[in-house]
Amino acid sequence: MALSIERFVGWIAIIGFFFLGVAIGGYAKTPAFALHGWLIAAAAAWGARYLYENASDAPDRPLEYNDEVIRFTVIAAVVWATLGFLVGVVLSLQLAAPELNGDMPWTNFGRLRPVHTTAVILGFGGNALIGTSFYVVQRTSRARLAGESLPLLVVVFYNLFVVLAVTGYPLGITQSREYAEPEWYADLLLTVAWLGYLATYLRTLARRAEPHIYVANWYYLAFIVVIAMLHVVNNLAVPVSLETPKSYSLFAGVQDAMTQWWYGHNAVGFLLTAGFLGMLYYFLPKAAGRPIYSYRMSIVGFWGITFFYLWAGSHHLHYTALPEWVQVLGMTTSVILLIPSWASVFNGMFTLNGAWDKVRTDPAVRFMMVAILFYALATFEGSFMAIKPVNALSHYTDWTVGHVHAGALGWVAFMTFGAMYKLVPWLWQREGIYSLRLEAWHFWLALAGTLIYVGAMWNSGITQALMWQTYDDSGNFAFPFIDTVEAMKPYYWLRAIGGLLYLVGAVLGAYNIYMTVRGPAKARTTPAMVTAE
Amino acid sequence: MSTHHQKLERHSIAFTVMILVVASFGGLVEIAPLFTIENTVEKVKGMRPYTPLELAGRDIYMREGCYACHSQMIRTLKSDVDRYGHFSLAAESMYDHPFLWGSKRTGPDLARVGGKYSDAWHVAHLRDPRAIVGGSIMPGYAFLSDRLLVTRQLPQALGALALAGVPYSQEQIANAASDAHYQADPDAEFEDDLAERYGTGLNVRDFDGDPRRVTEMDALVAYLQVLGTLVDFESLNREDLVR
Repeated sequence: MALSIERFVGWIAIIGFFFLGVAIGGYAKTPAFALHGWLIAAAAAWGARYLYENASDAPDRPLEYNDEVIRFTVIAAVVWATLGFLVGVVLSLQLAAPELNGDMPWTNFGRLRPVHTTAVILGFGGNALIGTSFYVVQRTSRARLAGESLPLLVVVFYNLFVVLAVTGYPLGITQSREYAEPEWYADLLLTVAWLGYLATYLRTLARRAEPHIYVANWYYLAFIVVIAMLHVVNNLAVPVSLETPKSYSLFAGVQDAMTQWWYGHNAVGFLLTAGFLGMLYYFLPKAAGRPIYSYRMSIVGFWGITFFYLWAGSHHLHYTALPEWVQVLGMTTSVILLIPSWASVFNGMFTLNGAWDKVRTDPAVRFMMVAILFYALATFEGSFMAIKPVNALSHYTDWTVGHVHAGALGWVAFMTFGAMYKLVPWLWQREGIYSLRLEAWHFWLALAGTLIYVGAMWNSGITQALMWQTYDDSGNFAFPFIDTVEAMKPYYWLRAIGGLLYLVGAVLGAYNIYMTVRGPAKARTTPAMVTAE
Repeated sequence: MSTHHQKLERHSIAFTVMILVVASFGGLVEIAPLFTIENTVEKVKGMRPYTPLELAGRDIYMREGCYACHSQMIRTLKSDVDRYGHFSLAAESMYDHPFLWGSKRTGPDLARVGGKYSDAWHVAHLRDPRAIVGGSIMPGYAFLSDRLLVTRQLPQALGALALAGVPYSQEQIANAASDAHYQADPDAEFEDDLAERYGTGLNVRDFDGDPRRVTEMDALVAYLQVLGTLVDFESLNREDLVR
C-alpha cells in the first residue's frame, strides 16, 4: 500500500517528537522537565503504534461520518471544564482567604492561575471547538472527515499540549505570557497538531458534496487560521538549553508587549469569539429549527470581525510606554468592532423568531439565547472599556476580570453547554438528554453564578479604581494601597459564591452527560449510512 | 457583494487565503513599525542588561507568577505617577525578554519598587506578607530562603538572551554563574570585576540576611531592588519623551 502524504508527514512528526522527548528526558536537569520529556516520548510511541496498527486501514469510508474522534473531544471538554472551574473556585477563595495559598510553591495563586485559564480556555474551549468543528464540517459538507488516522492524532496531541501546560505551571514551567504560558517544546507540539487540524479541515471541505461552504465553517476556518498565525508569532523564543525548560522571548519590552496583546486580544477574538460563533451558526438554527436570519448580515459580521479584531489588541496598553498612535488606533478599531459583533447578535436573535416557545421548553435553546445576550453585553462592554478615559478607570482592576468572565462564563460556556446538550444525544444516538430537569437546574445555577460573579467584579473593580484615584483636601492620596485591597474582601467572597454555583451547575451537567452516554441507545429508525458507528 | 461572496464561498483555499490576508493588516500596521520607527524606544542614560543574579531573580519572579497580580508599568496618568513615580519609559524594558508589564494590580505596581524598601523588609514581607502588611492577601514565599540558587544554567541563559539581542559580552556570558554568586557575597571581594563587567553602582551585598549561602531569595530581592532605578532621569531630555 502506498504511503499517503498524510501518513508520511504523520510519521515524520511522530518520530521527531519521539526523539525530542527522549532528548529532553535524557538531558533535563529538573524532574519536572524530564517528566515532560518522557511524556512526549510516550505519547509519540503510542502515536507510532496507532499509525502502525492502522496501516492496513481501508481508504476513507465516504458513507459514514467519523464521530469517534468527536466523542473523545466531548469527554475531554467535560473533564477540562470541571477541573478548570474547580481551580477557578480555589483561586477565588485564595483571594478571599489568603491562608489557602498554603505558602507552598505548587499551590500559590501565581502558579495556579494559568492552570485555571489554560484548562478552561484551551482544555474546555479548545476541545469543544475542535469537536464541534469536526461535527459541523462533516454535516454541512455531507462528507466524511478526511484522513483516517490524522484526526485522532490531532486531538490526542492537542490534549497532550494542554496536559504539559497545566502540569508545568505548578512545577514552575512558564514563559509568563498570559494565555500563552507553555514553553517552547509544548508550543512546538501545538503548532504541529494545529497544522494537522487545518489540513484535516481543509481536506474535508475539499471533498464536500455542497457547492457552497456553510457560514459556520467560515468562522471555524478563521479560528484555525488566525490562531495558527498568532501562536507562531507570539511564541517566537530562544530556548536556553535542553537542560532547563526555559526560553527567552525573541522580542523585548514595548515590541514584546504589543505582540503579546495582539495575540492575547485575538485569542479572545478568534478562539473565544469566532470559533464559538461558528458553533452558534450551526447549533442555534439546528436546535431552533429555523434558518439563519440574514445571509448578508453573516457576511458583514464575519469579515468585520476578521479584519477589525486584529487591530484592537493595543487597547490593553493604554497610557503605557506604547506609542500614542498605536493606542489611538486600538481604541478606534475597538469601537468599530461593535458593529460586526452586534451584527452577529441580531442575526442570532432574529433566527429565534418563530421559535421563541423553544426558549421556554428547551433548556439547550435557552442556554444559546442567553449566550447571545451575554455576547452582546460583553462586546458592548469591551468596546466601552477600550475608550481611553474609561480604560484609565477599568484597567488593572477586577472590572477587567468581570468583563472576561461575562464573556467566558456567559457567552462561551453557555454556548458550549447549549450545543453539548444537543450534540451528546446525536453523537451517541440517544433519544435525548438523560434529564431535562437537571439540564434546567444547570441553566439556572449557571445563570445565577454568572450574574453574581460579574456583578461582584463590577463593584470591586470600580470601587478599587475610584479609591486609587481619590485625593484628600491637602492633595495626598485618601487611601494607602492596602486599604483598597481590604475593601475588596466582601466582593471576593461574593465572587467565590458565584463561581461555586457555576461549578455545581457544571458538575450536574457532567453527570447528565455521563448518564446520557451510559443510557440506552435510540431505536434505529434512520438509515445506517448517515449514522456513524 | 453577495454574488462575489458566493464565488468565494465555493473555493476553500481562496477563502482561507482571504482570511489570512484580511487578518494580517492589523499586525502589519501596528507591530512591524515598532521595530523600525526610531523614537519608539527613547535614548536614555543608565540602562544596562540585568546582572546574572538579577536575571535569576527575574526568572523566579516569572516562575512564581508574580506578574499575575503586580504590574510593572506606571501609566502617564496623574494618579499613577503620584503613587508610583515617574511614568515608565519604553527604554526601561528594552532588555526585558519577555516584558513583564502585567495586566492586573491585585497588589501595587512594582516598576519603581527598587530602593523603596530595605532588603530586610523584602525578605520579611516575602516570607510572611501579613506579618508586615496587615490585610495583605499575598501568598507567602518563605521557601525561597531555603532554596539554594541554581546558577549552572546562567551562562547559557545569557547566551540565549544575547541571541535575542541583549548586548551581553562573551566575558559576561562566560562568568555569569560566578558573577551571580559574587554579587550576593560582598566578602568574596569581586566588586571590581563586577563593576568592570556591569558598571559601577551595582547592589553588591548579601540580600537575604544569610551571608553563608546564595539563595533564591537573594536573587529575587536583588531583582526587586534594581527595578526602576537604572535610568538617569536628571539627564533626560523632556522633548524626547513626547512621542
